[in-house]
Amino acid sequence: MSTDSTPEPMRKAPRWAIWLPLALFFAFVVLVSVQLRNPADTNVASTLIGKPMPAFDLPPALPGRPGLSSAAITDGKPHLVNIFASWCVPCGVEAPQLAALARSGVPIEGISVRDRTEDLQVFLKTNGDPYQSIGADDDGKVQLALGSSGVPETYVIDGKGVIRYQHIGEIREDQVPMILGKLQEAAQ
Amino acid sequence: MRALLAVCLAMLGLWAVAPALAQEEQSTAPYAYRQLDDPAKEQKAEALMETLRCLQCQGQSIADSDAPIAGSMRSLVRERIAAGDDPEAIRAWLVERYGDYVSYAPRVTALTWPLFAVPLALLALAALLLRGRFRRGGQA
Repeated sequence: MSTDSTPEPMRKAPRWAIWLPLALFFAFVVLVSVQLRNPADTNVASTLIGKPMPAFDLPPALPGRPGLSSAAITDGKPHLVNIFASWCVPCGVEAPQLAALARSGVPIEGISVRDRTEDLQVFLKTNGDPYQSIGADDDGKVQLALGSSGVPETYVIDGKGVIRYQHIGEIREDQVPMILGKLQEAAQ
Repeated sequence: MRALLAVCLAMLGLWAVAPALAQEEQSTAPYAYRQLDDPAKEQKAEALMETLRCLQCQGQSIADSDAPIAGSMRSLVRERIAAGDDPEAIRAWLVERYGDYVSYAPRVTALTWPLFAVPLALLALAALLLRGRFRRGGQA
């Protein structure tokens, strides 16, 4: 070790510094593997929660059935507004859960996005029809107005027309009590 | 390690399956695939569409994306521009619903100001250090 023999122009780095690049590398590996195990939630949530639902008036998606307007569901009771489509596979998956919610007396309104009447009829025949009314959002404008970025999504709207909760993706069996809880909160 | 591999494989699998699931109707919105007749307005709309994120295929702008929801968003932008709306008002309308993530044009907010301030601070620091160096060099 030649420490003080010659005056060096640069100060020497401490000995542990040699491990620094390796440590940084391992820190990076740990970060990457943690992120791989817990992939980030890439859903874009609506930022309208707690705000009044935008006004809309959709024509009926099925002949002889009511369409859906924001005014119609502002009736003092909480409603579920389910955004769905016949071409959406998870929408079929959540159908039994919606049926269970409808059986327990929850008013469920549908907004069918970019759909065709014939396809919708087949979908409802296969999966059951829990909806009080279905509005046809053929150009997707109301979906955008609600801040929804996909199907299925389910909104809890309270009696004053305020959006209380947005459920992104299908409602799974074990999530039904949670949805009922959100409806109860909205009723207070 | 095995779990990691499983995650990678699962992601690959999803990636392969996703196009098969997307049997979605193309957007029936009037201006999803139709340009505005007025070229000046179309240009305005185009400029805005290139800075809005597709909500489904999140790496793409709505101008680039073929996802049906991007078609709906393009039509919304074009219809509003045609009606004389300001592009920034349309952006604000979308940000109000989806948050800043929907816009590719960064804003200075309480959360993002360091992104703008740090480069400036680093430049100032560099200038300060360099000044010190040059002074010493001049004296020697």
